[in-house]
Amino acid sequence: MHLALFLIFGALAVASAVNLVAQRHPINSALSLVVVMGSLAVLYLLLGAEFVAAIQVIVYAGAIMVLFIFVIMLLNAGEEERTRGSRVAMAVGIPGLIVLAGALMVSLSERNPAARDRVPVGAMFGPPVEVGRALFRQFLLPFEVTSILILIAIMGAVLLARYHAPHPPVARALDPDEAAELLEIAGTHGSATGARERARQEVRR
Amino acid sequence: MPIQQYILIALVKIAIALFVLLTACAYVVLAERKLIARMQNRWGPTRVGPFGFLQPLADGLKFILKEDIIPSHVYRPLYIAAPMLSLTLALTSVALIPIGQAIPLGGASIPLQITDVNIGLLIILGITSVGVYGIALAGWSSNSKYSLLGSLRASAQMISYELALGLSLIGVLIGAGSFSLREIVNSQAGYHWNLWYRGQVFAFFIYVMAAFAETNRVPFDLPEAETELVAGYHTEYSAMKFAMFFVAEYANMFTVACLATLLFLGGWDGPVFGPGWLHVLLPVVWFVVKILFFIFLYIWIRGTLPRFRYDQLMAFGWKFLLPLALANIVVTSLVIGLQGR
Repeated sequence: MHLALFLIFGALAVASAVNLVAQRHPINSALSLVVVMGSLAVLYLLLGAEFVAAIQVIVYAGAIMVLFIFVIMLLNAGEEERTRGSRVAMAVGIPGLIVLAGALMVSLSERNPAARDRVPVGAMFGPPVEVGRALFRQFLLPFEVTSILILIAIMGAVLLARYHAPHPPVARALDPDEAAELLEIAGTHGSATGARERARQEVRR
Repeated sequence: MPIQQYILIALVKIAIALFVLLTACAYVVLAERKLIARMQNRWGPTRVGPFGFLQPLADGLKFILKEDIIPSHVYRPLYIAAPMLSLTLALTSVALIPIGQAIPLGGASIPLQITDVNIGLLIILGITSVGVYGIALAGWSSNSKYSLLGSLRASAQMISYELALGLSLIGVLIGAGSFSLREIVNSQAGYHWNLWYRGQVFAFFIYVMAAFAETNRVPFDLPEAETELVAGYHTEYSAMKFAMFFVAEYANMFTVACLATLLFLGGWDGPVFGPGWLHVLLPVVWFVVKILFFIFLYIWIRGTLPRFRYDQLMAFGWKFLLPLALANIVVTSLVIGLQGR
């Protein structure tokens, strides 16, 4: 049962990851990534890490990917254009892939002493209590440092969004009466003379 | 218990839960129309059956028989998948909600819950957070500006209020010490409801506000503000596809009402008396009564309040509910920590 579920969801994760790269439309790619996250959550569940699985769904599939899709929708991103592929990517990528696969094989093979004492399925930080204990006792400092790092990143993002270069002086070729009319159309409450007066001040500034 | 019996019981429970939920959704729609009508000094549906009680059947029949129009400019795969996703996710969360104690039946005791998971609450939160996709994709794939604006509003609103919603539950979780909904209810047995016994009044308030926003109900119904966006994210949908969104919205209302009952109002806790069968039945009755209270609250507020402005919506969520939820966590954990010493 466990093996069958592992094979199904492992294959689904890999297939969605390939699909993520192969799709041309960003929204399809983003949705494939959601499927990858979901399959990973099931794999965590198979390992007995139910808390991590739930958090994976809530944080990654539910929050981060929604923001991705939000941005894609907001920017109305269209289909990507295909290039013929660069030679550098081929020259570096294929040897890199072989080296990575080799390293993975060696580290997982029986000869590696670290791979022999495997973690039994379901024996890891499964229940939320264990995760909490590990997070707030053993790894409290890294946890807090990470949160401060994220806080700094948020502040940086706010700063970038708020920062405006000083506006170049706008030519104010507006006639006071014309401005008053515009203000009236725009629905300034109060009398027309008041609006005209305010417009004059506006222009003088 | 042999595996066949287990599967059979599970299937029967799923069938009953779905039937009850879908019927309840249909009749809540009728109740809403009736109550809103009374609040606005008119009658509401009266023609189909006595007092209009068969109106939901007529509505359902109409939805099924209507022509299913798919506009030519939509992105078909996602346009078709979005309502299905919404409805599936909305119906899935019911599987985790316990509605009463176990029924003793022929030696075995059958819990009144489809599945009892020890992280039930987290899974429901996960399902609701994934539920945003249905609405977001519906708006995007419709390829219409009203739909897109509606779904952008919906996703922004749901992401913003999910934080306050999640944080408001932490006080309850600290008190119960478990994510299992059944255990959370058991920890409140004997009228030790979280609402007053552990002083979670503010958490309850935050939860209810955030739940209204999560389900896109008045006064947070900007995603489908009919005066500006036609119908928001489901503008381009018709017939059964529209009905799916509609049912999903009401099923979500039931889910958040159930959660509020389980987490703050003691679940099925209530006076129990009489013979043995009443001991099984009465808790379920109390549970249903508490849920109906929330449903009535939804309808009542819809008949009372106008819609928020968009900046008010965001300010309310981020500047008021979120700090209040954080303060609630600090105070609750301080009190529980001091009591434990």
